[in-house]
Amino acid sequence: MKRREPLTNTQLLTTIAIGIFVVMYAVAVIIPVQGFEKFQMFFDLLNDNAYLIIIACALSIVMIGGGINISVGGVISLTVMACSLFLNGTNLQNAWGIVVAFLLALGIGLAFGAGMGFLISYLEIQPFIVTLAGMFLARGLTTMLSVNPVKVTKETHAVFYAFRSNKIEIPFLGYTAQNGNLIPAKLEIGAVVAILIVIICFLMLRYVKLGRNIYALGGNQQSALMLGINVKRTRFLSYVISGLLSGIAGFVFLMHKPTGNASVAMRSEMDAIAASIIGGTLLTGGVGNVIGTFFGTMILATIQKIIGMSKLNDSWWQDMASGALLGVFILLQSVVLSSREKRRAQKAAAAPVLQKG
Amino acid sequence: MSVRKKSTKKANGLGQLIIPLTALALLLLFNLFRDPNFFSIKIAVNNNGNSVLSGNLITIIDNASALAIIAMGMTLVTAACGGQDISVGAVGAIAGSFFVQVLKAWDTITAGSMILAILVCILSAVAFMMFNGTLVAVFKIQPMIATLILFSCGRSIAYWITGSATPQLEGSIVRAMGMTIPGIPIPTPIFAVCLVGIILALIFKFTNLRLYTQSVGVNQGAARLNGINPTAIKFLSFVLLGVCVAVAAMIGVCRMAQLSHKTLLVDIEMDAILAVAIGGNNLGGGKFRLAGSIMGAYIIQMLTTTLYAMNVATVNVKAYKAIVIIIIVVAGSPVIKSKVSALISRIKAGKLQTSAAKGVE
Repeated sequence: MKRREPLTNTQLLTTIAIGIFVVMYAVAVIIPVQGFEKFQMFFDLLNDNAYLIIIACALSIVMIGGGINISVGGVISLTVMACSLFLNGTNLQNAWGIVVAFLLALGIGLAFGAGMGFLISYLEIQPFIVTLAGMFLARGLTTMLSVNPVKVTKETHAVFYAFRSNKIEIPFLGYTAQNGNLIPAKLEIGAVVAILIVIICFLMLRYVKLGRNIYALGGNQQSALMLGINVKRTRFLSYVISGLLSGIAGFVFLMHKPTGNASVAMRSEMDAIAASIIGGTLLTGGVGNVIGTFFGTMILATIQKIIGMSKLNDSWWQDMASGALLGVFILLQSVVLSSREKRRAQKAAAAPVLQKG
Repeated sequence: MSVRKKSTKKANGLGQLIIPLTALALLLLFNLFRDPNFFSIKIAVNNNGNSVLSGNLITIIDNASALAIIAMGMTLVTAACGGQDISVGAVGAIAGSFFVQVLKAWDTITAGSMILAILVCILSAVAFMMFNGTLVAVFKIQPMIATLILFSCGRSIAYWITGSATPQLEGSIVRAMGMTIPGIPIPTPIFAVCLVGIILALIFKFTNLRLYTQSVGVNQGAARLNGINPTAIKFLSFVLLGVCVAVAAMIGVCRMAQLSHKTLLVDIEMDAILAVAIGGNNLGGGKFRLAGSIMGAYIIQMLTTTLYAMNVATVNVKAYKAIVIIIIVVAGSPVIKSKVSALISRIKAGKLQTSAAKGVE
């Protein structure tokens, strides 16, 4: 009988995350928690957390490469503020206005990603400190642009307003309202963008040379160097990608909630790190998968929605639940990985004896 | 990783303190030129009727107390575990709420109830840090991830313990702990920093903890083969951090004479990690200097105070702070350091050559 190839750590942790999400969602549908019986709830989770999915992917890529980026939330707030100021003040009251705003978002993300990537990979400064300074800088620049909230409305930029109100309607997943009308399930553009980004990142990490190099870099920097990988450039590019993704996430956030504010996406970097970890990315590098990250984000979003819909609608219950959830996942991963390690060590110890026998 | 460690090994010793010392000196000089009155220290009467020293310098040293204490503990955890604890602010809020709950059990605050409250505060902080320590040392989870749990739910636990948003404290003992003891013109938190610093210095003087911590941080496997228990050392570093966090929490609560679970020691984890890095310590673990971290804490506080004195709006301080931090870490980066030392040696060699040439003539 042909022996099956054993699962890699990445595959195992991703499978655990997907399994737990399915079980959790199924339980919420069966109990039922209010709202979960409609398919729209699933789309709402996607709509509300599209930006979080994108920055969680950004963090996963950096973490697989053995680094960390805690500036993503700050870059989102800066992007949202800059874009909403631009849209409110611009004469381009047409589709070009949206294009320029999007390019602005990409430019801010690229500038932060490239700047921090340069400091981290070419000057060898610790990533935590550089991205912490990046976060401070982005948050500070946000309040420098405007202390007061800046709202993009129908009056200030009608084309953008119409663009962001576009929703993809899928009738057969909808439900029938009490008056007999069919209400189709609605998916926002941002959610579609987020899903596309997850797919692109997955393919990039799996089939593109840069992606494989990022895994090699995170797994063991020394061996990556021996294999002839340009370690510095790979690390630099991983931060550039994460910067670009944060810019896109900022634009997606703007489409979901068109208000620039100093408190936008506060602490979202920690949520993104938590989502990455739940999805099976290890901070030590070399292990992880953006599909897992996607489900990690959805697990966090689902548990918070369940608590929000239950009678325990206190913000501190949500915090406690996400803390407990994170604890369970971290312990589970640690136990699973260490038991696998032990088994492998035992096999390795037993193998030569068997050969001799 | 090992590439980075090799380059910092050379930079240890007193050389590690050059960057923070220079930064501190530049900040002081800058303030001296900007406003000569910045350093004036007067004796003034505060609103409790005590005569105390007042002036910008005293304010800076006083306000940096909590940060300096936590930075010391953070240095130990960083050195032993090669990672940072991001839950210190949240654990501080929990310890602070235990502190307030014990004090609130009686109508008036007496010396006895205060001692009990201090003990409970320290024990609770140590207990929660033991949770982090267990995850890191026994389950071998990265410190930042292990402490993310308490980071995300710690303040909610604090809220749950006190049950109300902002409990108030009154009484002369609280004022004495948070501000000044009557008759002594120096703010009490400064003594707390000295006390913690001296206790840690004595521990390092009379035990092998420093050597053990560094060897666990440099190479855990080698430390274990030499008979050091890495699990115990890592766990111990978290226990010591717990004590530091408890002291900082008490300073924070007594200074405001109230507990706000949302703002007590808020964002201090980031500042503490910055202080450790500015002090020239390797965030990847290994050799460390407490003096560097303490200096880092005072640099951060002095920077903030300077920016406020220059009438920079509170909300914009972060951007300027970020730029100065980037300058400091770039100056301390291994690549720049090696380039500078190469330049210095080249200049020295050039001088030798010219003097040799002169000798020949």
